[in-house]
Amino acid sequence: MTTLETATDTARPTLPALFTGFLKIGMMGFGGVGPVARHIIVAERNWLDDRGYAELMGICQALPGANTVNAAVMLGDRFRGAVGALTCVFALMAMPLLSLVAIANLYDAVSNHPLAQVALTGAAASAAGLILGTAARLLSHAGLARWAWIMAAAAFLAVGILRLPMLPALLVLVPLSLAAATLGARRI
Amino acid sequence: MERGVFAQLFVTFGIISLMAIGGATAVVPEVHRQMVDVLSWMDAPTFARLFAIAQTAPGPNVMIASILGWHVAGTPGLLVATAAFMLPSSLLALACSRGLQRFSGNRMVQVTTLALVPIALGLMLASGIVAALAADAGLVGFAITAATMVVTYRSKVNPLVPMALGTVAYVALWSVGLA
Repeated sequence: MTTLETATDTARPTLPALFTGFLKIGMMGFGGVGPVARHIIVAERNWLDDRGYAELMGICQALPGANTVNAAVMLGDRFRGAVGALTCVFALMAMPLLSLVAIANLYDAVSNHPLAQVALTGAAASAAGLILGTAARLLSHAGLARWAWIMAAAAFLAVGILRLPMLPALLVLVPLSLAAATLGARRI
Repeated sequence: MERGVFAQLFVTFGIISLMAIGGATAVVPEVHRQMVDVLSWMDAPTFARLFAIAQTAPGPNVMIASILGWHVAGTPGLLVATAAFMLPSSLLALACSRGLQRFSGNRMVQVTTLALVPIALGLMLASGIVAALAADAGLVGFAITAATMVVTYRSKVNPLVPMALGTVAYVALWSVGLA
């Protein structure tokens, strides 16, 4: 942590630099911002080295919310305080939201057309497959322990099949999983 | 009335924000439950279509909240839902960013991640099932979902590719009277 801070202190990015960097991440992230974010933060702008980025992502993944949004908040705050965090989030969301408004208006214009209805139904079925495929790939590569498979199955059953409200489900599952992870980590 | 909608959007997405373990994809079942069942703001197929549109737009997947907010209350609704969905989790990230620099709770982060990854993945799978059922596209729809799933699982192409292929395939099957 200390080496990381001294390294970044010498080249603390300015607010405009943070703004343009995250504007670019937001603009280029068609079909997922993760890879683009890594490229710009590590390779293009040198804001973090690989280890620093992995560390940042590790924390982001342990927090609720989109990883890239959390990364924008944390990097912005680390370099330029609360104003920096706000700048990064605003820059990240500006272009995606503008294009979403354009897409939404297009949807409004065509959504009553029968062919558009069919296409949107097809898109909805495909989008579901996309999520399922991504989840399946991540599950197969995660190398989960047996307790972790049980937690994953319990979360899937509770929320996906039984359709329980998520808040009470998480209030049971998260503490259980934390306990299992703590015990599991101690054994290693 | 208008005011009530914005307040409801803010509260609903604000609470869901803190449940988004591993990102917005995890909370699709809860967002669906709120929009369709609890608040009756749209039917399931509309939800599935808006979700698909959010998937095709560039940017972080928090935009599922944006497009639903837009559907419910136009551009102001979009802004309220987006802000509500991002604010609680961002404030938590800010607090952790400052706290962790002081305490360097590396160990805690590791255990938390270890605990949350399986839940996030189980929820993601649940999101896929909920979205597939909401799409209400019949047997052909399930076939398209399954095919897109296999392509996404097997190859690392840009997600827009299987999505475009699935959509074209569905339209083609519909035009010959199969869907």
